[in-house]
Amino acid sequence: MKRILSRYRDPKLARKVTEKIWELARDLPAIRIMHVCGTHEWTITHWGIRSLLPENVEVRAGPGCPVCITPASDIDSMIKLAKDGINVLTYGDMSRAKGSRMVSLEDCRADGGNVRVVYSFTDALKIAKSNPGEEYVFFSAGFETTAPIVAYSILKGLPSNLKILSAHRFVPPAVGLIAESDELAIDAFINPGHTSTISGMKAYKQYFDKTRKPMVFAGFEPLDILLAIYMILKQIREKSPRMENEYRRSVTWEGNLSAQKCMEEVFELRDGYWRGVAIIPESWMDLAEKFSRLDARKVYGLDVGKGDHFPSEARCAEVIKGLIDPPECPLYMKKCTPATPIGPAMVGVEGTCRIWAQHRITGKGFRCFSGVCRMG
Amino acid sequence: MAEEEFNRISILHGGGGLYMQKLLKEHIIPRFRSRRFKEIPLDLLADSAVIGDIVFTTDSYTVKPIFFPGGDIGRLSVSGTVNDLSVVGARPLGISCALIIEEGFELAKLGRILDSMERAAEEADVEIVTGDTKVVERGKLDQIIINTAGIGRRSEKLDENLRRAASDGRSLKSRWLDPRNIRPGDKIIISGTIGDHAVAIMAAREELGLEAPNLKSDAAPLNKLISEALEIGGVVACKDPTRGGLAALLNEWSETTGIGIIIREASLPIREEVKAACEILGIEALELANEGKAVLAVSGKYAKDVLEAVRSHPLGRDAEIIGEFTREYNGVVMETEIGGLRYVPMPIGDPVPRIC
Repeated sequence: MKRILSRYRDPKLARKVTEKIWELARDLPAIRIMHVCGTHEWTITHWGIRSLLPENVEVRAGPGCPVCITPASDIDSMIKLAKDGINVLTYGDMSRAKGSRMVSLEDCRADGGNVRVVYSFTDALKIAKSNPGEEYVFFSAGFETTAPIVAYSILKGLPSNLKILSAHRFVPPAVGLIAESDELAIDAFINPGHTSTISGMKAYKQYFDKTRKPMVFAGFEPLDILLAIYMILKQIREKSPRMENEYRRSVTWEGNLSAQKCMEEVFELRDGYWRGVAIIPESWMDLAEKFSRLDARKVYGLDVGKGDHFPSEARCAEVIKGLIDPPECPLYMKKCTPATPIGPAMVGVEGTCRIWAQHRITGKGFRCFSGVCRMG
Repeated sequence: MAEEEFNRISILHGGGGLYMQKLLKEHIIPRFRSRRFKEIPLDLLADSAVIGDIVFTTDSYTVKPIFFPGGDIGRLSVSGTVNDLSVVGARPLGISCALIIEEGFELAKLGRILDSMERAAEEADVEIVTGDTKVVERGKLDQIIINTAGIGRRSEKLDENLRRAASDGRSLKSRWLDPRNIRPGDKIIISGTIGDHAVAIMAAREELGLEAPNLKSDAAPLNKLISEALEIGGVVACKDPTRGGLAALLNEWSETTGIGIIIREASLPIREEVKAACEILGIEALELANEGKAVLAVSGKYAKDVLEAVRSHPLGRDAEIIGEFTREYNGVVMETEIGGLRYVPMPIGDPVPRIC
């Protein structure tokens, strides 16, 4: 592991790539790059990558945290089930995100609701199997990284006492929507390495064709990110936008075909709401008709709410979209902290607010122009 | 997160981070008043108190497990207290040994612990001079807790050491090793690799499936190493990065002095096993506890010579200059391995509870 990691953290190579980035960026207009992955945001913040970039190159965090974009109405539905005596199984981060009445599944559990945290879907299967007399619902959230194991298990057959509430979202349409948005005015994308390992680069082709904005698929070490930025700038300089793969050790054009096959069989893509963002066409991995008997929404008559709610002063929606930085929200690090999260972006380890808070960024963070680093 | 109110003690309050500082500063220290002994006041959170030229400290040890690679609770209890005395600039003399033992504890284990205390005392050239023994009912505590208090005398090397530090024109705020003596430009030296103790303990607990067969706790008395540094001169402050690790120590220094700190990640001595454990568990080596490391703030003029002196001691072979005090930044800033900048925040609590 040491050898692999140190290659992607090599100081000399990093300096070389950084110098190339500065060269390429010289005289370019302001370039705004967006990534849509919480783990990318962590790498960028943790390694201080923004402080290495020239003034006209900006990297913004878009909607890349599953906890952040899961609709409040789905959290409300799970809370309702837990209160009605159904056993709710959820990931830990998800249990701390608040629904529309500012109540989370964790709060619901403190109030006597049947909520249990699991580390993986496999845990949920084990729990349901070993307690056949109880009814369970798994809060199935996340992107195409967490969806395949659920799909695979459904095809193999779930225990009859386990139902699924699918809040799974498919990332490529979200990138498509952002690429077309004038509000965000994004010039290029660092595409997510983990989810693209499943979906393949091909899932982004229709969105690339529409907007012809550079898309580089990147890994999660600091040099992966620097190289992705370098590749984007090179494309912009050469006026030759394309889909390019920096993360060849994991991402391929076709992706993971067996995972895709499972997902295609189990889920149908429908229009789905991304909390704080928008209803995004064909982005919700809803359970297909033939699995209705496993679908908690159908079994328990739950609505697919489209409503949203954030506390009045909070600017969660703008942070999740990538319109503003966390310190621009009046609640950031005041009422809303990692220990007392109010908005969903402060909850999950992939939330932008949480990542910035952990690194105590209170202003613009470090930006390093013409070699002199200052705090913003 | 430290603004949060609480009415019960949580495990984080013992973690050496923000929670512990809040407990100390708002609920413990304000209840005691310094009337006569104001030279190093309580609220400075120094490792030892001074009464004239006498230095006094106390520490309790609750480590789990009580025996671990590289040491045991006995070695820890002598080393920790010797170190608390040494880092303010004292020569340790005598140590007390107060034992609180759970009913049913094996006598053979007690013997091993006490022999280990004696060996550590011999290594540090101090003596166990008094003690107390209590037993509580089974289940009322986890095997054994040791409290040691220590007494020492102001090191005879301190005057000359500080005189040399002041030769750059600074006026000294304190006649001890004291962060209030620090000025911008002072270099920061760590006496060796960080995180060894915490990771050795985690591996010994066997709960996390972590294996580090070659890694040992660094628990050791540092009085002789620090004395070597004082011999060179120019050392203005010193502290051992125990709970909260280097991150907590540097943040405390930056807060006390109002001066920023820049450290370079590439110069931090960290063993590969510790790096790997941090990577796997998602924790920061900077926040991990050490039990045999000293951090020294040294006048720039003497930094290289002090580094050599520390390296010449067997416990200081991996010592490095890791950064310096600067007016350029507020708080503690790290240049990452790839050259980027980020803050090193004050830890919230210890990532590994019951470490010492």
